[in-house]
Amino acid sequence: MALLQISEPGQSPAPHQQRRAVGIDLGTTNSLVATVRSGVAAVLPDAQGRPLLPSIVRYSADGRVEVGYAAQAHQTEDPTNTIVSVKRFMGRGRKDVPYIENLPYDFVDAPGMVQICTVAGTKSPVEVSAEILRVLRARAEVSLGGDLDGAVITVPAYFDDAQRQATKDAATLAGLNVLRLLNEPTAAAIAYGLENAAEGTYAVFDLGGGTFDISILKLSRGVFEVLATNGNAALGGDDFDQRLMCWALEKANLPPLEARDMRLLHVKAREAKETLTYHGEAPLTARLSSGEFVDLSLTTETFCEITQHLVQKTLGPTRKALRDAGLGAGDIKGVVMVGGATRMPHIQRAVREFFRRDPLNNLDPDKVVAVGAAMQANVLAGNQPTGGDWLLLDVIPLSLGVETVGGLAERIIPRNSTIPTSRAQEFTTFKDGQTAMSFHVVQGERELVSDCRSLARFELRGIPPMSAGAGRVLVTFQVDADGLLSITAKEKTTGVEASIAVKPSYGLTDSDIERMLRDSFEHARDDMQARVLHENRVDGERLADAVRTALDADGDLIPAAQRAEIERLLAALRARLGGEDHRAIKQAADALNRASEEFASRRMDASVRKALAGQRIADLEH
Amino acid sequence: MQNHFELFGLEPGYALEPERLERSYLEIQARIHPDRFAHAGDADRRASMQWTTRVNEAYRTLKDPVERARYLLELKGVDVAFETNTTMPPDFLGRQLELREALELAQGQKNAGALDRLRSALRSDAEELKTALGETIDARRDYAAAAGLVRKLKFLDRLDAEIDAAYEAVEE
Repeated sequence: MALLQISEPGQSPAPHQQRRAVGIDLGTTNSLVATVRSGVAAVLPDAQGRPLLPSIVRYSADGRVEVGYAAQAHQTEDPTNTIVSVKRFMGRGRKDVPYIENLPYDFVDAPGMVQICTVAGTKSPVEVSAEILRVLRARAEVSLGGDLDGAVITVPAYFDDAQRQATKDAATLAGLNVLRLLNEPTAAAIAYGLENAAEGTYAVFDLGGGTFDISILKLSRGVFEVLATNGNAALGGDDFDQRLMCWALEKANLPPLEARDMRLLHVKAREAKETLTYHGEAPLTARLSSGEFVDLSLTTETFCEITQHLVQKTLGPTRKALRDAGLGAGDIKGVVMVGGATRMPHIQRAVREFFRRDPLNNLDPDKVVAVGAAMQANVLAGNQPTGGDWLLLDVIPLSLGVETVGGLAERIIPRNSTIPTSRAQEFTTFKDGQTAMSFHVVQGERELVSDCRSLARFELRGIPPMSAGAGRVLVTFQVDADGLLSITAKEKTTGVEASIAVKPSYGLTDSDIERMLRDSFEHARDDMQARVLHENRVDGERLADAVRTALDADGDLIPAAQRAEIERLLAALRARLGGEDHRAIKQAADALNRASEEFASRRMDASVRKALAGQRIADLEH
Repeated sequence: MQNHFELFGLEPGYALEPERLERSYLEIQARIHPDRFAHAGDADRRASMQWTTRVNEAYRTLKDPVERARYLLELKGVDVAFETNTTMPPDFLGRQLELREALELAQGQKNAGALDRLRSALRSDAEELKTALGETIDARRDYAAAAGLVRKLKFLDRLDAEIDAAYEAVEE
């Protein structure tokens, strides 16, 4: 692969400073953690050598929490306290969860996100996910021999802002330093692209346990550019199991069952589905708590027939993604299959027929996302990249906008915009003497606000009374590299300002997170203070190292006095790092950050100039 | 503050080499993208996000023919006024009406083939406009006339988006 010339002085740490970074695939059904060691990305297995961790959490009355296989073993006997597929509840209200009536949990409809009542108290999906992440973090720390410097957590590309924020909150709660939220199909494309030195336009077809993504990427000279993405955040292998379970209930003429029998039947349905991947027929048998014996047999034909509508549901988003990319099925060089559910023969067939080519199945569909995430984590942590240097350009999956008159959504940032991105829109007062303006932020493609997802509401107050139309408010949407939105609103004549990170209506407030952190520490008898001190030290050291290398490389970009001030604050931070006062470390780091803002901006400017200069030389050589 | 063309080291003009724009964009991204600064301090990360946001915005603007022309005219002090100036010559409106009727018919009949034909007709209209736009801006420097062409092109863009929506309706 011909690569972009990227190596800049001061951006790669010395070899002895190999940082411990992992990629985590937080899946609906299974979760994995992977890392890059000696230039090779690999999934880290548990002590028994098992690579997957079932995404199942069981709460007990005595406060014990079991995760993974241990929890799975109890799922049919204790379904109400054993949470499976928690990913489907992340950032979701009660009305958003499909088949909620079939689920055994005692849901509490908290504002923004459902919560689940368990014997150990009410749990947010964020807390449940954090339990899974904690186990993976511990696994990685044992395997890598120390604290992690950072993690890349994957999310479905079609996750909206609320679901992304919930995922990031879960990672924070699990004590992980989130380097980036990475879209699952993009992670898979990295793993596939680097392994196969692929060049051209590829589709990634990712059908997981609970989510479906289709991404179209251009792979060229070490650049992974997402052209378009689409999907369905509530479509996955789980839905096939559900359908199969309903079929079984109907076939066996069963009355509505109690929770444990429903779970049992669900498990058996999944087993039958998996058997059909390799056989033409599968048994579906279960001994219910009533003593009744369900004895059914399922053929591939029947299974295809009863789930064909689910297969069809993947094709609409696929067409849309291609159209948004301005391409036809024939322009796609290869279709990378990701997610356990793509093993189903009729999915394979549908993809083959749609793209008129054999799908690419040469990577393990369960592991490829974690492996790609590990490669990205390795780069983000500042380690030597695997397979040469590369650059990733991703997009936002769903349009962002605000509500306007008549309940209509006005688009501010269109879907498939490359991130980070920002857009501003001006709104004027519509009444004489209006002193406040309220905004309703929504995400989605539909025209009516009621058909989009409500992300947040906020109000800008303190506008001086003016005649209608004279007050002008500039609303700026900023989406960062994680795909997360923040908003500022500013009255233009007076400069009155309001800004929010989009958290209030979907997701947890910072104080919620803090409370959960505290709870979890009491539970683990850990020391909060010690942890904060440790985190601030790690952050402080990272900052000090980064500023040092930047000064050595580019110190001449700023006046001597400014440079001396940064040196002074750097020395002050170093002096604090050895101390025990976490606040003092934080303050010293903040001061250094503030003082080096202009320096940072000048370095970006210089980098841009250098990039163009390099190109001009390349032009001359042509 | 540099304008979008300067940012990419390009001469301001409607005609540009897409490959050269893309290469500049990628070279810059490779150096300033937030992924390069994920392990750095807050100041670096913030500066990286701000600069990358700006570079993405500039790239999006220059890559798109309508946006590029709008931006270029703005640099020349001419407001294209998409929102306020909606007057179009009668022959252009007549043609639009024709295309729009064809669109409704195709959608009503769920005829994807007709949509394909409509789209290619629309795109060839757009290509003609782009050629005219290049001449009007780069050679004749008649910015007021160019603004009229940009508004027409924007009109076609909107219709193109409606064709997308029609495809979705047809595929359902």
